[in-house]
Amino acid sequence: MNLLTAEHVEKRFANHLALDDVSIEVPEKSIYGLLGPNGAGKTTLIRIINQITGPDKGEITFAGRKMKAEDIYQIGYLPEERGLYKKMKVGEQALYLSQLKGLSKSDATKQLKYWFEKFEIQNWWDKKVEELSKGMAQKVQFIVTVIHEPKLLIFDEPFSGFDPINANLLKDEILNLKKKGSTIIFSTHNMESVEELCDHITLINKSKNILNGPINEVRKKYGSNVFELSFHGDLIKLGECLDSNYSLIGNSDENGLKKALIKVNNYSSDNRLLNMILPAVEVTGFNQVIPSMNDIFIQVVESYNHANGVSAN
Amino acid sequence: MNKILLIIEREFMSRVKKKSFIIMTLLGPLFFGAIMVGPMLLAMYGRDDSKKSIIVLDESKFFTNKLKEKENITYTYINSTNLDSIRSSYKKSGYFGVLFIGKVDNFTPSNIRLFAEEQPGLELISNVESSISKELEKRKLEKYNIPNFQEILKDIKTEVNIRTIVWNKDGSEKESSAQIAMGVAYIAGFAIYMFIFLFGVQVMRGVIEEKTSRIVEVLISSVKPFQLMMGKILGIAAVAITQLIIWVILTTGIVIFAQTMLLDQKTQTAIKEYSQNSPQIGNLANGSDAVKLDGNQQKMVDFMVALKNINLPLIIGSFVFFFLFGYLLYSALFAAIGAAVDNETETQQFMLPVTIPLIFSIIIMMQTFQNPNATLSIWCSYIPFTSPIIMMARIPFGVSGWEILISGIILVASFLCLTWFSSKIYRVGILMYGKKTSWAEMWKWLRYKN
Repeated sequence: MNLLTAEHVEKRFANHLALDDVSIEVPEKSIYGLLGPNGAGKTTLIRIINQITGPDKGEITFAGRKMKAEDIYQIGYLPEERGLYKKMKVGEQALYLSQLKGLSKSDATKQLKYWFEKFEIQNWWDKKVEELSKGMAQKVQFIVTVIHEPKLLIFDEPFSGFDPINANLLKDEILNLKKKGSTIIFSTHNMESVEELCDHITLINKSKNILNGPINEVRKKYGSNVFELSFHGDLIKLGECLDSNYSLIGNSDENGLKKALIKVNNYSSDNRLLNMILPAVEVTGFNQVIPSMNDIFIQVVESYNHANGVSAN
Repeated sequence: MNKILLIIEREFMSRVKKKSFIIMTLLGPLFFGAIMVGPMLLAMYGRDDSKKSIIVLDESKFFTNKLKEKENITYTYINSTNLDSIRSSYKKSGYFGVLFIGKVDNFTPSNIRLFAEEQPGLELISNVESSISKELEKRKLEKYNIPNFQEILKDIKTEVNIRTIVWNKDGSEKESSAQIAMGVAYIAGFAIYMFIFLFGVQVMRGVIEEKTSRIVEVLISSVKPFQLMMGKILGIAAVAITQLIIWVILTTGIVIFAQTMLLDQKTQTAIKEYSQNSPQIGNLANGSDAVKLDGNQQKMVDFMVALKNINLPLIIGSFVFFFLFGYLLYSALFAAIGAAVDNETETQQFMLPVTIPLIFSIIIMMQTFQNPNATLSIWCSYIPFTSPIIMMARIPFGVSGWEILISGIILVASFLCLTWFSSKIYRVGILMYGKKTSWAEMWKWLRYKN
């Protein structure tokens, strides 16, 4: 079941079309990656989901029905551009933001205590925000985003400003939230974390949704025609044994560990390729190359822009 | 609604706890108290009490023993005509200066000079001048040989002290004073002007702070932009009112304290007596028999009685109303400006149109004191951008109830209307960065849907 869907959403600002017929379906209890180059329209879509602005056309549904104003209490949003009142004390501020999310003062205090202990930052309570480093402030912001235990969490570049240790802590926390039943929309340019965390992705480019689906399917789709072969033997012999349906597109030789990349031009069974190779060299490893999300991102966006005659910007 | 209260609470608490607020709140009354008590003190102790003895060298022989002496001014008449010898010796003998009066022909003094090492004060000069001119007038009159001249002279001596009394429609009458009305109007009008500026700019700064620190991005998903804007405006209004109330209480305290310390017992009982028995024309003319007051005391009593006789409930009520809605009207504009810009230096082009009506109001206010019912003043007391100050400037002089009511309704209606416009600009502006906003851009924002 989908917790959130956007159907044919369109949004226009003055003379710029920010979203053009964008539809997404976010399954319950999943992590949904919202990807795309800068200025593609991701933030606009997130703002529409948060009811900060309304769509010109299209509809948002939440938990199976049209989204209502009160649904905002079921959403926790960590914006990419985020800040805190510099002159306010950390504790007071966290309490204030939690109360704005609809928590009572006593509930908010209890929850904050739990999270402050969990992140080992109890002694920050009476510090002013301007005394905190950027990463420290980010932790506080993360806490007030999740404090009201919303069904839907939206993280826009959550790892910016974190060192690797704290980034890991946060990653674990996000997975933890998913385990507890939260649905998470995750927008980032960090493709490694997309691979690690996301179940589904959508790629928005030039206001349009140009790619979406479960991440494994997407990666397979873009990785079905290249194989990586590890072998002992002569590279030239390997090249000679391949017929015209296959081409050798790369190789490496590091400390005697030889590898070759073979591209399949027209579809054929994997066994046919193996049968061809086996007499020529000794195979130690054979697997399909699944491209990184980074490669897919670049490939899809560039080919879209090329096909539609638009520049990269 | 609950969220607006939360926002108001934060805006209020974070400002009230600031050191600058506490210092201003405590120093303000000292300052205002000094302004109000100062003139009183000056009247009591400001006179130059040092005794001045003057040597008079009177060639005309008209004025010997005729110059009017005062507590601190005495004259010694000598016959010598040698100015130079006096010059070298007068100081040693303890005199302040030397008055030389030359020959007077045809009762026209032509050669009168006052010599001294220090610049003589105005009091001394006017004493000499008035004594001489009085003496000459007297002598001129004497020429006409009027019988019983001395008695007539005594008889025509008159002190004039006008009291103005307003006849109310219900038949009662009240002592009024144009000076007091102007003083009250000036304080009220100027306070509104100052508070609108001071706290309106605070609203603008607050919005800019939220925008540049990007806290607004975090807030905007849990509160509506309108709630955020109104919460800020109302929270700061609460700060302004708190400060005002503390200022009024402390200042009143200081003034009352100073009054009891400085005014003598006689004056105080007189004030009480006058303000308790609403003065009727009859006993005004006679003066109260119980207390006979000298000129200075009489002036102080007049001042205090007039102050007590102005319609305080009406003035305080209107002041609170025009103060509050004047502030609300302007701070809605200040909030929109804050949302439209990225930093404070960019605010200038938008500030100008907002500050012009305010400054204009102060100029019109000065005119209003001369003539509270001039056409321009009446118009400006209806136009919402000037009415808070101008209406407040007119009310102490007496304005009919329905005029205040209409002006108030116009003000509230414009506030609601303007807030609606401002919230549209605010809503778009707070999430817009890095672009220099123009008037055309803001016009576009006004027309954005939701």
